[in-house]
Parts: sequence; C-alpha cells; structure tokens
Amino acid sequence: MATATPTLPSAGPVAGSRSFLSKLREGDEIARLITFLFAATVVLITVLLVYELWIDSTLARHKFGWHFFVTQTWDPVMDEYGALPFIYGTLVSSTLALLIAVPLGIGASIFLAELAPARISDTLQFFIDLLAAVPSVIYGLLGIFIVVPIMREWIYPAINKPLGFLPLFKGPSYGPCFLTAGMVLAIMVIPYIISVSREVLLSVPRDQREAALALGSTRWESTWKVVVPFAKTGIMGSVFLALARALGETMAVTMVIGNTPKIAASLFAPGYSIAAVIANEFTEATGELYTQALIGLGLVLFLLTFILNGLARLLIIVTTQKGSKVSA
Amino acid sequence: MNARLRWRKFVSNFMLTMTGVCAFVSVAVLFLILGYLLFNGGTSINWAFLTQLPKPVGEEGGGMANAIVGSAKLLLGASLLGVPIGFLGGIYLAEFSGAKVASVVRYAADLLNGVPSIVIGIFAFSMVVRPFKGFSALAGAFALGLMMIPITLRSTEEFLNGVPRMLREGAMALGASKWKTIATVIVPAAYRGILTAILLALARVAGEAAPLLFTSFGNRFWSQGWTQPTAALPEMIFRYAGSAYEDWHRQAWAAGLVLLGLILIINILARTILSRGIAVPRS
Amino acid sequence: MKRTALLIAAVLVCCTLVLGAQNHLLINGAGATFPYPIYSKWFDVYHQKNSNFEFNYQSVGSGAGIKQVTEGTVDFGGSDGPMNDEQMKAFQDKRSTQILHFPTVLGAAVPTYNVPGVTATLNFTPEALAGIFLGKITKWNDPAIAGPNKGVNLPANDIVVVHRSDGSGTTYMWTDYLSKVSEEWKSKVSKATSVNWPVGLGGKGSEGVTGLVKQTPNAIGYVELTYALQNNIAFGAVKNAAGNFVKADVASVSAAAAGAAKDMPADFRVSITDAPGKTAYPISSFTWLLVPAKIQDATKRDAIKGFLKWMLTDGQSYCEQLSYAKLPKEVVDKESKAINNIQ
Repeated sequence: MATATPTLPSAGPVAGSRSFLSKLREGDEIARLITFLFAATVVLITVLLVYELWIDSTLARHKFGWHFFVTQTWDPVMDEYGALPFIYGTLVSSTLALLIAVPLGIGASIFLAELAPARISDTLQFFIDLLAAVPSVIYGLLGIFIVVPIMREWIYPAINKPLGFLPLFKGPSYGPCFLTAGMVLAIMVIPYIISVSREVLLSVPRDQREAALALGSTRWESTWKVVVPFAKTGIMGSVFLALARALGETMAVTMVIGNTPKIAASLFAPGYSIAAVIANEFTEATGELYTQALIGLGLVLFLLTFILNGLARLLIIVTTQKGSKVSA
Repeated sequence: MNARLRWRKFVSNFMLTMTGVCAFVSVAVLFLILGYLLFNGGTSINWAFLTQLPKPVGEEGGGMANAIVGSAKLLLGASLLGVPIGFLGGIYLAEFSGAKVASVVRYAADLLNGVPSIVIGIFAFSMVVRPFKGFSALAGAFALGLMMIPITLRSTEEFLNGVPRMLREGAMALGASKWKTIATVIVPAAYRGILTAILLALARVAGEAAPLLFTSFGNRFWSQGWTQPTAALPEMIFRYAGSAYEDWHRQAWAAGLVLLGLILIINILARTILSRGIAVPRS
Repeated sequence: MKRTALLIAAVLVCCTLVLGAQNHLLINGAGATFPYPIYSKWFDVYHQKNSNFEFNYQSVGSGAGIKQVTEGTVDFGGSDGPMNDEQMKAFQDKRSTQILHFPTVLGAAVPTYNVPGVTATLNFTPEALAGIFLGKITKWNDPAIAGPNKGVNLPANDIVVVHRSDGSGTTYMWTDYLSKVSEEWKSKVSKATSVNWPVGLGGKGSEGVTGLVKQTPNAIGYVELTYALQNNIAFGAVKNAAGNFVKADVASVSAAAAGAAKDMPADFRVSITDAPGKTAYPISSFTWLLVPAKIQDATKRDAIKGFLKWMLTDGQSYCEQLSYAKLPKEVVDKESKAINNIQ
C-alpha cells in the first residue's frame, strides 16, 4: 500500500529525479512493468505463431519451392503436394461470396445510412450485428440441410438447363459445389460489409449531400453519384475485410464445398479450400512431408489474410480521415 | 424535360426501394436462421438432451450434456488466458506506453486477430498438444484464449482512452499515484465497455469449431480436469451434422439452437450493458 | 456487483476442480469409422461393467488413427488398413517400441448407390467398379454395368462417384481390392488410406459418404456393410474370384476370412480382399486396434489388456446384431496369446 512518501508529491510522471526504488514503492513502476509484460506477450505470441508456421513447413518449402503454388496434384500416396486447387477453391468461393454480398451489402448500408430514420437504422444495425455473431458451424448446418438441397433441386436445374453449354455452368451437380460455398459465405460476410459501409457513409459530410440536392439531383442520384463515391475507399475497405473473413472461413465451407481437390471451370463443380483441407486432413497426415505441406498451406492462407487485412484498414482510415478533413 | 425528370424520379424511388429490400433481406436472414433452428431443433431440447451423455451409434436418445459443460469449461479457460493478457496489455497501451511501442503492440494484435481460426488450431497443436502428448481441454482453451486477446486488448485501450481527462486529473490532483488512479478511477469508469468487449469476445470464440478439431478433440464421456480431451458444442454439431444418422441430425439442430441461443443472449446482454453506460466514442 | 461477480467466478473454478477430482481412468483412442458402431457399443457396455474405465474413441478415420497413435497423443488407434512397413518403422523410431495389431471384427465394404427408379440389387463386376471409380465408365446404362443386370432399367444418367475425403481404412480396403483386380488402378492410384481419386465427391467419414449418397441422385459410393444396413441404402453384389455375384452379409464375410485364418501371420497383418471361395464376399477385411507394445502407465496397460480379453470373448457376441462378422476361432486363440506381448 502506498503511504505518504517523504518526498514532495509529484505532478504525475514528470519528476524524473526520484529514484527507482521510491517509484517502485509507490507501485507505479511495478504497474508499468507488469502491464508491459502482458503487452509484450501479445507481440511474442504473434511472432511465435509466424515463426512456428515458417519452421514447421520447412520440408515442404525446400522440396517444392515456388512450384508449390502452381502444382495441381495433391497425392498423399506419392507424397506430391501442390497448393493450386486449394488456392483456386478459396479464391473462387470467396469471389462468388463477394459478388453476391457486395451489392446486397452496399444496398442495405445505403438504406441504413441515408434513408432509414435513426432509430430504425440503429435497430436494424443491431440485428445485423447479431447476424455477424452467428458461428460458422451453424451456417454449415444450414448449408448442409437447406442450401445444398435448394441448390440441387432448384437453382442448378434452373441455370443448367438454359445455360449449361457455358463452361461456367456445365456439368452435373451434386449439391455441394463452389456456388453453394459462395452462397453460404455471402451470408456470412454481409454483416461486415454493412456495418463498415454504414459507418463510412454516415461519416460523409452533410454538405456533399446537400450540394448535390441543391443542384437538382434526385435522392438516389445524390446518394449514388456523390455520397457513395466519396465513401468509395472506405467501402472498398469493408469489401477487403469481408474478403479476408471469407478466405479464412473453415467450418461452413468444409460442410458444403464437396471436398474435391480439383480445379474446374464450372461453378457447379465440387472443390476444396485451404482452410477446409487443413481441417479435414491435418489430424491424419501421416508422414512429415504431408503434415508440413498442410502447414505450408496454412502459411499461405495467413499471408493472404494478412495482406488483405492491412489493405482494408488502410482504406478505411483514409476514408474516415478524408471525411473529417473536408468537414473541418 | 418532364419525361426525363419523371424517369429519374422513378429510378430514384425504385433504387431506394431496392436498398430497403436489401436491408430487409439481410435482417430477415437472421430470423430465418433462428426460425430453422427452432423448427428443427426446438422439439429435441428436452431434459434428456441437456443432461445425458451421448449414446452409442445407432441408439436413439442420449444427449449432449458433456458438450455443454465442455464448452463452458473451454470458455472459462480461454478467459483465464485471454482476459488478463488483453486487459492488462490494454492498460499498458492506454496509460503507460510510448507511441512507438504502442503501434507495435497494436499491429501485433491486429495481425493475431486476422489469423484464420484453423491456423490458430495448428499453432495450438504445435504448442500444447504435441509437447504434452495428448489432446486436452487445455489445448482447446489455449487456442480460444489466443483468439480473445486482440478483441480484449483493443477494446480495453479504446475504452480507457475514452475516459474523460477530468477524472484522471482530479485523481492526480488529490495525490493518487498512477496505478491507484488507474485501478480506482479510470478502470471503474470504463468497466462497462471493457466488460462488453470481453462478453463479445467470449461469444465469438464460443462458436468456433475449427481450432477445437485438433486440440480438445472430443469426448463421449465427462471430461475431467484440464488434461483430458473434451466435447464441445461446436465440435459436436460438426460431427453430428456430417453423419448419416437422422437422430444425430436432430441432435445437431438442437445443439445449434442451444449454442446460438447462448451466443445471442451474450451479445444482447453485452450491448445492453454498453448502451446503459457512459457514452464512449465508437471506432 | 463486484462481489457477485467474484462469487460466481469462485464457484466456477471450484466446479472445474471438483469435476476433475473423480477417479475414472480415461483412455483415448482414435481411428477407423468402419467399426465405430460396434466399438461405441463395446466401450459403452464395458464402461457399464467396469465403471472406472472410460474408453473415449473418436472416429476420425484410419489415417488419423495411425498418425495420432504414432505421435502418442492417443493411447490406441484403430485402422481398417494395416500399417505398412514404412509406418511401422516410423512408429518404432518415434516411440522406441513396436506397434501391435489386434484384429477385432470382420467387415465388408459395399458399393452403395442411389439410382432413381432402381430398387433391385445391382450386380457389379470388378471391371465395372474399377471403370466407374477410374472415371472411365460415366453412365449408369453402360454395358459393363447393364450386362450383369439384365431386366433392370438403368437410366442414361451421369454417375456421381462419392469417395472418402479423409484418410480411411475403408478406402484402404476398397483400393486394395481394386488394385488386385485392375492393373490400371494399381499403377495409377494404388492402395492407401488416402489416395488421389481420379473422379468424385469427397465425404468426410463413412457418415459423410453415406449422407452424400443418400442425398444425391445417381450417386455411387463405398461404405461399410453396417452403415449401409443401418441406413437402409441399397447396395449391390460383387462378383468374387470364383465368378459368383455375392451380396455382403455376415456369412459371406466369414467365408472370406476362413481361408486366411489358418495362415494368419504373427503380426496379424493380412489382406483378405478377392478371397477364394464360392461364397466369399470379395471386399472384406479385418479391422485392427493398434496398441503400442510398451505402455508406461500400468493401470492403463492393464485396462487395455482387460478390454482386449473381454473383446475376444464376450465382445464378439455383439457382432452379429450389428452386422459384423465374428473373428474366426483360430484368430481368437492366437490373439489371446498375443495380448501378453503388451508390456
């Protein structure tokens, strides 16, 4: 317990002339040290994680090198591993997800930011935040029992019959496929797009909107041609955030993508994603090379999400700063 | 002129209605999910489900009591790891650190936050399962705890920074030392926000199944202590959903309902706490 | 508010400690999904008889079983495909002791299918199966399939092949058989718990494959006999080495094992696919528990040995009701002696 020190009471952490011991007695230095240790632990853990990923994939990296990224084979018997089918599957399912989620998300955020009265906007945002909290396995559950049958019985026949000659829609569909994974992922990432876009749109200064309206534009025109472009960078940021989330999504995708490590042009073909193959095969990878190839995949995924998250944050910061700069 | 104006007005009304539709659809999904879970799993939640252990394959009945307790245990362990690190680290960032150190720590936390949960599972496998030669609740809690750290850290820092300067300076003026100020004035002022963040972090990791696949592994029985594998709700849902038994599907729905119910309650609770407290700037 | 929070926290911590204070011994195993129905039954019954032992077996696939028992993260493994020499050496190197195989039951892999409009039992020749899984035979009304099935109206639909996406002993059994009957399969794909499939959808676990086949029209997959029976999926008959189309059941599986029983090698690793015999079902196999020869913990060791003894005697009586074939008597005798090798 700190008792009154014999020295003069300090005006905060300015007086540097007190000895270390007396600072210690007052507990400040201890507090600083302890909290520093915990903060340092965070850095330590992160560094350790990247280090472990790097070290534990050494065999695979040495054996395959850059070829890892362009090899299509995934053969545990012959011990030949290539990341291409998984990178392909991850990118395709995520892109499909964005194609569905971005228009819906931006549309919804426009509604919430521009049209809806504050109370309704906040209530709806509350529900959207709850949607973001739904865990991945539950989406997987819904995917298996609801989306896959719908895909197989309604969507696939509807698209394949008229457009089946296109390579994009060719081939038989079993239900689990790229498109199903994309649809499930879209539902999962919409809340992220909506939340961030809404914030960004709300931060666009009023005068931009009002200037457009004063010049005779309709409500929609002022929104679409003035406000949204102003917030463009921030919205892009939200899309990157959503993409980063989609890339790393494991459970929901594993349950609906078909688990087939093949590259196919058709959206209705089954595929595989990096996260899904790790989830399925990690506990059974016999042999060091197999395990390390999987960890190598984990490293690739980590790097992808790392880059995207960085870009996202940059874009969002730039937009919100732009907004505050202009209004000042 | 008139015709063009009418067209523009029509487009405007149409597009704005469409945005409303988008918003409605997005929100409706939430209720659809809840509806499906209630419809498919609601009838299966009975006393047996909540208190019994799983039965052997093919036999009807049995429950997920061990998964419910297992999830609770994992969350407790995760909090013991994630909360102190996040909380105390956040205090350091807000109160003690210089700008450079702060940005390094923040960057590390953001990095950790962006790591896909399956990769966290790999890390936990190398750090806990391999050296200790076994799957355990400890490994699962470790993985989940890691995921809680970034959220807790950033939120603590944010809410501490949001405490008005007046409170700080008042305490200093009365002669309190720095740590006393933090402990008795600043943290209590920000506690609502911090508590909210912890609850939200808990809700997030409660639903994670991927990191549990190779850490806590799964258990048909009660898991004792921390060094044994344990069942958990998300992991059970994953296994049961992919199975071929109707009874297991039914149980997967019920477990999904329990899990989602829990998560939604925590979320609603957290947000209510926050809205009743001191207004702090949202980021 | 703070006091109640502290109280709740204290109660929670106490709970975890109390729950950890009981005296049960938990023995962890992982592996094959093939025998999971009977293993879960056995472990449940055994636990009721010996309430201080709990055998926690997770059906994560034979591949995972082999890997985890080698790593030492589980106490025993289960696999439908015997470990090959390389894997056995890896185990020896890592754990400085041998791995022992203990056959538990006999089972079979059957071709299950879901062809709209077809309720009859289809007959499959080895060539047909190899062709389908190689991706060479793509339609249900292909002559190779239609030939032995005169009178059945097979549609001209595309075949949807389903296989295991995880490392599986059932896959091992299936690919072992295909390697024996098809040179092309042997050179192109070979046999293992996890292979590079030429075509098809991957399902996780037997449960996954069964689920997929059930839900997907025109699908064909392979699962254990038990799963097919329990889930009422149509499965076909396969032509055996003697030229007869045999549908898998306890009798035909036992017939396949009859020959092997007498020449059972000391380490119990044997393949009985494409077995001779008029009534033998050609895609049958033993399934094994993988137990380290040296177990440090004496209580665990005795628990495992006790279970194995029970399994060879009382345990075998549960086989038939779950559609597994019992171990031949010669094998049981040999195994009872081999249990003593666990030290």
